[in-house]
Amino acid sequence: MTLDDKTLLEGIGENNYGFKTPEKYVFKARPGLDEDIVRQISAMKEEPRWMLDYRLKALAHFQARPMPGWGPDLSNLNLDEIHYYVRPAESQGRTWDEVPDDIKETFDKLGIPEAEQKFLAGVGAQYESEMVYHSIQQHLEAKGVIFLSIEEGLRQHPDIFREYFGTVVPYSDNKFAALNSAVWSGGSFVYVPAGVEVELPLQAYFRLNMANIGQFERSLIIADEGSYVHYVEGCTAPTYTTSSLHSGVIEIIVRRGARVRYSTVQNWSTNVYNLVTQRAKVFGDATMEWVDSNMGSKLTMKYPACYLMEPGAHGEVLSMAFASDGQIQDAGAKMIHLAPNTTSKITSKSISKGSGRASYRGLVKVRKGATGVKSNVVCDALLLDPHSRSDTYPVIEVAEQNVSIGHEASVSKVDEEQLFYLMSRGLTEEEAATMVVSGFIEPLVKELPMEYAVEMNRLIQIQMEGSVG
Amino acid sequence: MSELIIENLHVSIDGKEILKGLNLEIHAGEIHAMMGPNGTGKSTLAYTLMGHPAYQVTEGKITFKGKNLLDLATDERARMGLFLAFQYPVAIPGVTVANFLRTALNARRPAENPISVFEFRTLLMEKMRLLKMDPQFAGRYLNDGFSGGEKKRAEILQMATLEPEMAILDETDSGLDIDALRIVAEGVNALTGPKLGVLVITHYQRLLEYIQPHYVHILFDGRIVESGNADLALHLEEHGYDWVREKYAPVNA
Repeated sequence: MTLDDKTLLEGIGENNYGFKTPEKYVFKARPGLDEDIVRQISAMKEEPRWMLDYRLKALAHFQARPMPGWGPDLSNLNLDEIHYYVRPAESQGRTWDEVPDDIKETFDKLGIPEAEQKFLAGVGAQYESEMVYHSIQQHLEAKGVIFLSIEEGLRQHPDIFREYFGTVVPYSDNKFAALNSAVWSGGSFVYVPAGVEVELPLQAYFRLNMANIGQFERSLIIADEGSYVHYVEGCTAPTYTTSSLHSGVIEIIVRRGARVRYSTVQNWSTNVYNLVTQRAKVFGDATMEWVDSNMGSKLTMKYPACYLMEPGAHGEVLSMAFASDGQIQDAGAKMIHLAPNTTSKITSKSISKGSGRASYRGLVKVRKGATGVKSNVVCDALLLDPHSRSDTYPVIEVAEQNVSIGHEASVSKVDEEQLFYLMSRGLTEEEAATMVVSGFIEPLVKELPMEYAVEMNRLIQIQMEGSVG
Repeated sequence: MSELIIENLHVSIDGKEILKGLNLEIHAGEIHAMMGPNGTGKSTLAYTLMGHPAYQVTEGKITFKGKNLLDLATDERARMGLFLAFQYPVAIPGVTVANFLRTALNARRPAENPISVFEFRTLLMEKMRLLKMDPQFAGRYLNDGFSGGEKKRAEILQMATLEPEMAILDETDSGLDIDALRIVAEGVNALTGPKLGVLVITHYQRLLEYIQPHYVHILFDGRIVESGNADLALHLEEHGYDWVREKYAPVNA
């Protein structure tokens, strides 16, 4: 039997991604940002002094730094209207029974309990700004794997937390990394001990449920020598009328010989500005893989990065962006080769529909002394309408002679002959176009855990509704 | 009954008239062969029946099962039971044969009653056995990197799975070696019967050694100029098309 279950289950399962649950929260900061709010956040989380100081330094940097002068237009993003902290429930749930009912209801609609049964190695589900439910299966605990909310990580493992926090993405990195560093709340803390392989993916679901809430999740993942872990982040969100901001920071340390895969299914509602900094430091003979799919949001700027620190380090980014009418997906990757004999691979698939713009923006950088570097970039763009648009901004900076850098780019349209062929088998034009698009992103989808692959195909179907005829 | 009736069909592509008044009736259970030299409109007929947008019907009519086919989009024609095995099947990268066929089958069923995974798996395996295909084939991307023979076999697999009432085989024999030809022909023969009408479009007689037609037509310069039984194909095999050209060449050519 060779029909894999992913193929056969495709299209099974219905979901409604536009629902809302009534707002319920125990604390909501006033809109806008100043030192008082940062102090409040830190105090409510009962943080150590060093973290408050870090937040305040980051705030000063955020306030001093201008908006980015490159990339998509952010002038409609009013940072003074955002609520920077909302805490939805009093305490963090340890078991499913302790999770408040209305929050469960939201998760139910997202299908989390079902997903948990089969695939979850542990659950971290983020409801607005706080982790409210977090569990980890016992066999993981027995192996010494730590999978906690970022707050609990700081409380329970202060030493390892302080050793790594902010070392991959310093607050001074960019304006939005500074913002996140000042007001971060929620996210995951993962530590995988040396030699431990986590067979099942660790998963966290994220959800925004109130208008004008900034969500500043922060995750820190440390894979010790020779370990393996796959972390999956999936997002769906209800629809709003005013703009929201999501600005996360993900820091990953992949120590010698380890392998980390971080997969994202991003489907923010189309009023969300999604400005994310994701970066990994990859040490000797270690591998970092980012599998990044962006379907939702009003505007996404996201360039998962690998800093290849030592010889033998390998980085990969497999990126998919789907921009529908009115959306801008500015996605890409950064590969920074800092050591000899490091390798990287970037595969980007972008789809633009109607007035949507999906672009690839990428950087491959080879530092002086990093000889024997190999890097390959492939960017494929698919345009669904005569007036849709895709741009490619590849930057390659090489300060060394003995390197091999490849770059290929292609732009295609949904081919009339493909549509005719599929329609001659009874598919409607819309079904035919959806099938061509699904095939286009298949190289990415097949890398996702099964239930995400099913969801991705469902999301593609939703995106393609009404796209022809 | 499923019958295809073509009356006085005129078809142009880019303003150039290719079919110039073609008449043909195919009833369920009948196998017709359409033969003719290259460039006489054989593939134009196939594409027109399936509703390719590049082919403009300027005159005449086509009815299938009593309905005016020209009012229907390609997918509607397919769901009515019309099938075209392409001369040049199109690659759909990233879409497996299995996924594609399941979607195509479900397109024929009510949305609330899709074929179950088990039922589909059983059906597909059975059809693949019939065509002597490796089960691995179901997991490959449709026509992507297929050899000529694999493409043609995949077309017949689709026909076997979708169970049309009227099948048009457009040059299914082209590009096949003798073994592949035999397997494809056996596959087609296994599907023929009182419920299926077949139009075999071919340049050569050799396919007709395996698929026995009830009727043979010669298409020349956009019209059917000769019709007969299987003997007509043998006559062509023996004498070639030169006599057709001489007999029916346009007066002002």
